[in-house]
Amino acid sequence: MLRVEQLYIPGLPRLTFEVGDGQCLAIEGPSGIGKTRLLRAIADLDEVPGHVFLDGAERSEMPAWQWRRQVRFAAAEPGWWGETARESMRETGAEAARIEKMTTDLGLDEAVLDRPITQLSTGERLRLALVRALADQPRVILLDEPTGALDTASAALAEELIRYQILAGRTVVLVSHDRGQIERLADLRLQLADPAGAPA
Amino acid sequence: MSPDYVSLTPLDLALAALLILVNAGVSIAFRLGLERTLLLTTARMVVQLALIGLVLKWIFQQTSPVWTLLLASIMIAAAGYEAISRQERRISGWFTYGLGAGTLLLVGTFATIFAVGGVIAPDPWYAPRYVLPILGMVLGNSLTGIALALDTLTSNAWRDRAAIEGRLILGQPRFTALRETTRRALKTGMTPILNAMAASGVVSLPGMMTGQILAGVDPVEATKYQILIMFLIAGSTALGVLVATFGGVFLITDERHRLRLDRLVTKEKTPAA
Repeated sequence: MLRVEQLYIPGLPRLTFEVGDGQCLAIEGPSGIGKTRLLRAIADLDEVPGHVFLDGAERSEMPAWQWRRQVRFAAAEPGWWGETARESMRETGAEAARIEKMTTDLGLDEAVLDRPITQLSTGERLRLALVRALADQPRVILLDEPTGALDTASAALAEELIRYQILAGRTVVLVSHDRGQIERLADLRLQLADPAGAPA
Repeated sequence: MSPDYVSLTPLDLALAALLILVNAGVSIAFRLGLERTLLLTTARMVVQLALIGLVLKWIFQQTSPVWTLLLASIMIAAAGYEAISRQERRISGWFTYGLGAGTLLLVGTFATIFAVGGVIAPDPWYAPRYVLPILGMVLGNSLTGIALALDTLTSNAWRDRAAIEGRLILGQPRFTALRETTRRALKTGMTPILNAMAASGVVSLPGMMTGQILAGVDPVEATKYQILIMFLIAGSTALGVLVATFGGVFLITDERHRLRLDRLVTKEKTPAA
């Protein structure tokens, strides 16, 4: 259970909400309102007043590395290091077999893992970043427009992988401008333009 | 002073100053707009050196630990300010000046004590004739290394912020997430002294050695001093670059291992003077 309490994102009312295990909360609102900042704040990447709990434990009670291994942010524009995606993914500590399976689940050939990052397309990099975010099975997944730059077929496969994570009991917080995707995945909704700031 | 030492007159210096006209000519020919900066920098250099010459002469006559320490402190503070102000993206606040001055205080003290306490052993140990020139050379060279290392650290952290945050997101601690950036900063900071060591005696005759030879010191003796100085500079630069880089990583991150690029400020676009 992820609980956000009185979290302050500049320009928004203080936010309080809960998302249970195996649930998906969709964050909606116009561009620039603070959806990405909210995900970053939950992942403890920005210093923001307020509290975030995972199963009752406040994030400040545990080391930052421990929090981020359980509460994972997947950026809309992910950064890469190392020569290949495999090199970068090795640092997740996840088994190579799982990484390869998730890669093929997303419609990619295993060989892309060993190709230079600079030679991969935006869509390939975005899908591989999703694999990297999920490979070590974090408890909470914060997805920032995970399919925004993907074609319809690739987006459907990515959505399937996200649905599998929800069915496996993981908590998902999703930022998406795709209303259909929100309809298909979300159990809860949070409209950031709404000053009440409560999930519908 | 050696009997065959040739003393320079103000006329000799005025003649040498004509060489600045070459710089002015380049600036005018290519419309670089550096004429005013050139004039100010030249005047600043002459005034600063003339003043330090008089100050050093007076301090050498006193041979007082208090005056030696006072001038050393001023040199360290000025070097600390210079190291930080050269950066394109510097860390905001007084912490950054503290980091620059603190690092230079550490390396200056280390190198000076090592030289006067262990190797040269002048009498008295605080003899300003030895302490201040050694400190000055160590500060001047360490300052370049530290400024380069910090500039590389902050500019690379800015450029590679997505990759650094990508690693923090996976739960890596800040020093691991910034490992590549740190390595590049350390390498850049140490490169000038390595180049200077490699070029010494072949491509260039170092300034201190040249000065001693011009003052009539036996070239072999001058060389021995130069080798000592090169080792001191190399060691203190490495120490300074190490401390400044890790201190810099500490300042551009926080205790929750977040990348705090909001603490960086861009250098104001004002012409150097």
